[in-house]
Amino acid sequence: MSAFILRRLLIAIPTLIVIATASFFLMRAAPGGPFDAEADLEPEVLENIRAAYDLDKPLLEQFRIYVSNALQGDFGPSLVYKDFSVTELVAIGLPVSIKLGVWAMLVALLLGGLAGIIAALRQNRFIDHAVMAMAMTGIAIPSFVVAPILALFFGLYLRLLPVAGWNDGAWQNMVLPVTALALPQVAIIARLIRGGMLEVLRSNFVRTARAKGLPESQVVIAHVLRSAMIPLVGYLGPALAGIMTGSLVIELIFNLPGVGRYFIQGALNRDYPLVMGVVVIYASLIILLNLLSDLAYAALDPRVRRAYR
Amino acid sequence: MSALIDCEHLEVRFRTEHGDVCAVNDLSFQLQAGECLGIVGESGSGKSQSMLAMLGLLADNGYATGAVRYRGRDILNLPRRELDQLRGDRLAMVFQDALSGLTPTMRIGDQLAESLVRHRGLSRAYAKAKALEMLEIVKIPAPDTRYCAYPFELSGGMRQRVMIAMAMLCQPEVLICDEPTTALDVTVQAQILRLLDGLKRHTGTAIILITHDLGVVAGLCDRVLIMYAGRAVEVGNTADIYASPQHPYTAGLLRSVPTLGGDPDTDLPTIPGQPPDLERLGAGCAFAARCGHTFGPCTEQLPELTRVGPAHIAACHRVNGP
Ligand SMILES: Nc1ncnc2c1ncn2[C@@H]1O[C@H](COP(=O)(O)OP(=O)(O)OP(=O)(O)O)[C@@H](O)[C@H]1O
Ligand code: SF4
Ligand SMILES: [Mg+2]
Repeated sequence: MSAFILRRLLIAIPTLIVIATASFFLMRAAPGGPFDAEADLEPEVLENIRAAYDLDKPLLEQFRIYVSNALQGDFGPSLVYKDFSVTELVAIGLPVSIKLGVWAMLVALLLGGLAGIIAALRQNRFIDHAVMAMAMTGIAIPSFVVAPILALFFGLYLRLLPVAGWNDGAWQNMVLPVTALALPQVAIIARLIRGGMLEVLRSNFVRTARAKGLPESQVVIAHVLRSAMIPLVGYLGPALAGIMTGSLVIELIFNLPGVGRYFIQGALNRDYPLVMGVVVIYASLIILLNLLSDLAYAALDPRVRRAYR
Repeated sequence: MSALIDCEHLEVRFRTEHGDVCAVNDLSFQLQAGECLGIVGESGSGKSQSMLAMLGLLADNGYATGAVRYRGRDILNLPRRELDQLRGDRLAMVFQDALSGLTPTMRIGDQLAESLVRHRGLSRAYAKAKALEMLEIVKIPAPDTRYCAYPFELSGGMRQRVMIAMAMLCQPEVLICDEPTTALDVTVQAQILRLLDGLKRHTGTAIILITHDLGVVAGLCDRVLIMYAGRAVEVGNTADIYASPQHPYTAGLLRSVPTLGGDPDTDLPTIPGQPPDLERLGAGCAFAARCGHTFGPCTEQLPELTRVGPAHIAACHRVNGP
């Protein structure tokens, strides 16, 4: 098992190199530069600033410097938030984004899983149709539409929850952004679990379990759930990626001090080191989470477990 | 004395896109304690579905009518909770598709122990001891290691044996075996049949054995029920049926059994034609299209099961006719 984990971590290195290289050159290929906003600078001053950040050097030389610094854990200074290094900005934003993302994922798994299980056990009855109708709506409406509607309704109209702001992560401030982030995933997960359950409920081994005289609750818990969750595991990676990217927009809409806000500011202002830092860190996170979802596979399916040995 | 199982006018229907299909029609039979009844018929004749119906295990689109009495009590319309007290305990079944019959995510041992915990209230440790004993009886090599194995780690023959062990754990009064040997190679088949024979002798369990193989029936079963297109067409003691089959279908089946001392190079006669489409059954005898003896009433009137011997009935117009 540990050999498997080690192998996966080693494969992650070339993946990260490709991602970093591609985003480094893509970003510089985009028109504009980091100091365009400061239009009233003298040309010589601008030249000096560019030289200070090595931007006057050839691209390949810049890349070499970036990589060798990054390998030592230095992702450079932010070009826009002048007094901060990228590492400092990410250290400020990441806890906020992670807190949002983890809660959204938990809510999505819990609600989506429950809704899917209930719908499958009551197939073709009212509750099944209701759950599936809601799921369809949830999938069809993206979170950047859901978010303002939630803010308007619960924040401005009912005045139950704050419209925006972080407030040190108080639960009242978390409810709406987490909901907006989780909803599409709740819908997709509910459909996945329902499908998995229905397929397993028809299988021969469930008939065997029923023939043993086990009550249906025990049949479901002991014989159905594990197998029914297997399709979900394959979706964990994409779900997390969806939540992480969704978070970039949601943080902006609810004005939360997460990585997303810096990322978007950074991208708009061609803050090369900041964008690179966020991309590399997010990519590492996604790779790590994919590894975790493979480990979850192993936990659910004994065949996979034996194969990993 | 009343029978252990008394099945009366059992009918199994499936709702499908093109209307209902009747898979089992007016099936009646009795099973006495300790006896072995063989059920024989071509693929699709309703053997499995009639047994599944008795245990309340039909697919979602299926439903059964009629009556199936176990010790005088109708089990066809029992609430789930009461049915659960019987199945797995007094009534057990070994399914046709043993390869997919075990839960892939659960250890063999846990799947075995489960029934004992449920029906006998045994502790886990004691259930394990009992389950290991049963694995030994069905001749699983190294039962201790198999107990912790997952189904995919066992061969087909071993999984079949595990299924039999699982069904036998609570010493049921009725054991239904649905083609327990079809998926297996010949030597394993023989072992499993010997195992069933031993169980019948030593535990007094009544067995219903579904099979295509009349040779197996001859060796194991006291009585035989022949099914065709969802109906029983002939029922009787094994000896009587082999000595004087009354239904042309039975006779055809018997002619296609290889005999000891027969010439292995001559082709065995098979019954020509295909079994009828259950959705398009006419008024007369379902076998008429393939029968060599068809005459007047055959295509117009359904032949009733008629007594042809002390314990022998058959559904063919020829029995009363010319
Ligand atoms: N869920 C279902 N929906 C519709 N028809 C079904 C369903 N299950 C079984 N049937 C039909 O019921 C009929 C009887 O099937 P059954 O499984 O009892 O056959 P069998 O005698 O056991 O055959 P085999 O020897 O192949 O096992 C078949 O024609 C089959 O197509
Ligand atoms: S009733 Fe007629 S068709 Fe049917 S088996 Fe008898 S002789 Fe043949
Ligand atoms: Mg069958």
